Amino acid sequence: MSPENRNYLPESDVVGLNLKETELTLGLPGDTRVTMDTGVKLGTKRGFSETIDLNLGRSNVKCDDKVCDDELENDVLGGATKSLTANAQLVGWPPVRASRKNVMKSCKFIKVAVDGAPYLRKVDLEMYNSYQQLLSALEDMFSCLTIRNYMSEKKLMDPANGVEYVATYEDRDGDWMLVGDVPWKMFVESCKRVRLMKSSEAIGLAPRTPQKCSSTT
Amino acid sequence: MKMMMGSSFPEEVLEHVFSFIERDKDRNAISTVCQSWYEIERWSRRRVFVGNCYAVSPLILIKRFPDVRCLELKGKPHFADFNLVPEGWGAYVSPWIAAASTAYPWLEEIRLKRMVISDDSLELISKSFKNFKVLVLSSCEGFSTEGLAAIAANCRNLRELDLRESEVEDLNQSSGHWLSHFPDNYTSLVSLNIACLNSEVSFTALERLVGRCPNLRTLRLNRAVPLDRLAILLRRAPQLVELGTGEASDLRPDVFSNLSGAFSGCKELKSLSGFWDVAPGYLPVVYPICPRLTSLNLSYAATIQSSDLIKLVSQCHNLQKLWVLDYIEDLGLEALAASCKDLRELRVFPSEPFGAEPNVLLTEQGLVSVSEGCPKLHSVLYFCRQMSNDALRTIARNRPNMTRFRLCIIEPRTPDYLNHQSLDVGFGAIVEHCKDLRRLSLSGLLTDRVFEYIGTYGKKLEMLSVAFAGDSDLGLHHVLSGCENLRKLEIRDCPFGDKALLANAAKLETMRSLWMSSCSVSFGACKLLGQKMPRLNVEVIDERGPPGSRPESCPVEKLYIYRTISGQRFDMPGFVWTKDENSALGLS
Repeated sequence: MSPENRNYLPESDVVGLNLKETELTLGLPGDTRVTMDTGVKLGTKRGFSETIDLNLGRSNVKCDDKVCDDELENDVLGGATKSLTANAQLVGWPPVRASRKNVMKSCKFIKVAVDGAPYLRKVDLEMYNSYQQLLSALEDMFSCLTIRNYMSEKKLMDPANGVEYVATYEDRDGDWMLVGDVPWKMFVESCKRVRLMKSSEAIGLAPRTPQKCSSTT
Repeated sequence: MKMMMGSSFPEEVLEHVFSFIERDKDRNAISTVCQSWYEIERWSRRRVFVGNCYAVSPLILIKRFPDVRCLELKGKPHFADFNLVPEGWGAYVSPWIAAASTAYPWLEEIRLKRMVISDDSLELISKSFKNFKVLVLSSCEGFSTEGLAAIAANCRNLRELDLRESEVEDLNQSSGHWLSHFPDNYTSLVSLNIACLNSEVSFTALERLVGRCPNLRTLRLNRAVPLDRLAILLRRAPQLVELGTGEASDLRPDVFSNLSGAFSGCKELKSLSGFWDVAPGYLPVVYPICPRLTSLNLSYAATIQSSDLIKLVSQCHNLQKLWVLDYIEDLGLEALAASCKDLRELRVFPSEPFGAEPNVLLTEQGLVSVSEGCPKLHSVLYFCRQMSNDALRTIARNRPNMTRFRLCIIEPRTPDYLNHQSLDVGFGAIVEHCKDLRRLSLSGLLTDRVFEYIGTYGKKLEMLSVAFAGDSDLGLHHVLSGCENLRKLEIRDCPFGDKALLANAAKLETMRSLWMSSCSVSFGACKLLGQKMPRLNVEVIDERGPPGSRPESCPVEKLYIYRTISGQRFDMPGFVWTKDENSALGLS
């Protein structure tokens, strides 16, 4: 039986590194790899975005597997109330093109401002599935910044001058919140604009509830 | 006799006569009459369609047809649309572009479907063909707005740029600005479809472009163009025949009236699409246009519910084509049947394809209504959650003129909800009554019986899609042995194995392609087929590693078989195995 460690790469991969091939998966030998139609693989190790402290709304429950998986499922599948068919686990079924799967989602363009930068950027929050993806995109857009401190608050830093920025957003009610406080989906729905605020100015924002996962940094 | 005929007409006369013959089939036929006709025909063929880019090579094409002006190529198999073909499988267009760039300097049109095209290829196109007019990239990928910028900058005679449903990479720096690369003196645009673009385009550039191209008749905008901008564009191009709107979520009275005015100026509009996030309050702006509409695509309009849909379609008395979400519900389809007597094509897409429970009141009844009320209906794509043999029989009897029937019952293997039996007889009725049926997609609970019907009656059937159906090889055998005109067969998750495939090996050479995934075809059978049939490429697509490392009887994950005159391809990724690789590896 083929080993679970699928570590050969396609030889002529003109489209780019096919990292899928080297990805470790959890599952019984001989299981075919299935992908949830949102692109998240079942049985894969959780990326760190799922392990960072996102479930601050809950009481002091340790961030164990089940909680994170539920969180992930809710995040990714848009609502805890809708039950899913087994179809969610079949690749390519129902036969609906990717562009149609997202029909339910609205396009969510929001403006992103960085303190000190002369221009704003617009991002479509619907294009991302997690805070990490959003921050990566912001990192690309405002190329002077790098993300640091993954395990604690969402901070970006300008290595040129050491200035730290904290990602904040204005929600539907007009309140300014720290990015990362609420589950991703909830953030997408309520976020009106994002501002990368200088850390020194980010005092007086709604305090974060204590972290749940033990931070080893 | 033949020789006399050949020499009695000067070549020019024959060429002139041939210029009236356009269909490939007819051209192919006349080329077999005699050697001189073959020669005249091949020198005068201007339009070539290659249904499978791996069936023939650029070299062979150029050798036979030295002066092609319009080239159409298709790459990946259809199931690639649903992520069944792994990334990197192939369908690269660059060898074709490279060859055409020297061989066909007068090339005017390139149409690609499901192919991978790079920015380099786009740039090469833009610089190689002085009279380039039409670029259609349907479900393509591999390029970015950089490539589009090259097309814009260099194709002075471009008429049509259609990116339908392609995946275009956004390069943040330049994403919106590729449109500005159209020079100020460029005025020949007739059709622009950028609906698939995720990023914003520079609106000023768009407005100027639209304003200076008097022949623009098709404009399909992307989501990022808001409604107030749309009004500006419509006033610049009131001659538009086909329009795709952007997003329209904020209902504002000033925008509403501005838009109303703009739409009222568009006397030629016949086709509408887009409508992302449309606030239903905006719909009245299109009511004046409705009576003229022949085509309406609301399949992305997730915010328009049944009652608004009914109000809309009830005014579209000349509608021929409707693509809509299942929000239209049975009631809406009844209204459609009552109002749109000229309807030819209906597609109903699922708003919640992965929900376990139905979220809308759409059943088989909606389709039955339309089949009753619309005498010209011949093309159907319908997603629903329940079906009955009775309904299918009714539809079949109502619409013997059906040519394309694609039914997707969302839950696999769903039986007739009335009697819990299979849907064999229902689909049997479809193939029996609809004698001109060319395309069929099956779903629901189906046994080998349905394939017996298909093999018996589906004599004009060209494309068949099968999923979660059948009991044994007999099913596949019925289809392969019975459907004389079958060109494309795609199968997933069916218990079909080696026997039917090997018994009908010769049939495969008469078809364009066969796709089978999650079936029971063994690696051994694939090897055998590949060895016995040199004019077939038998590709085993298996991401679990070399098939030779597993027993020969082990079923392959995916199998793609296609006829070819250009032999094995050289661009296969590591997860594709063919007979040659196997023998090279010394695997028995």
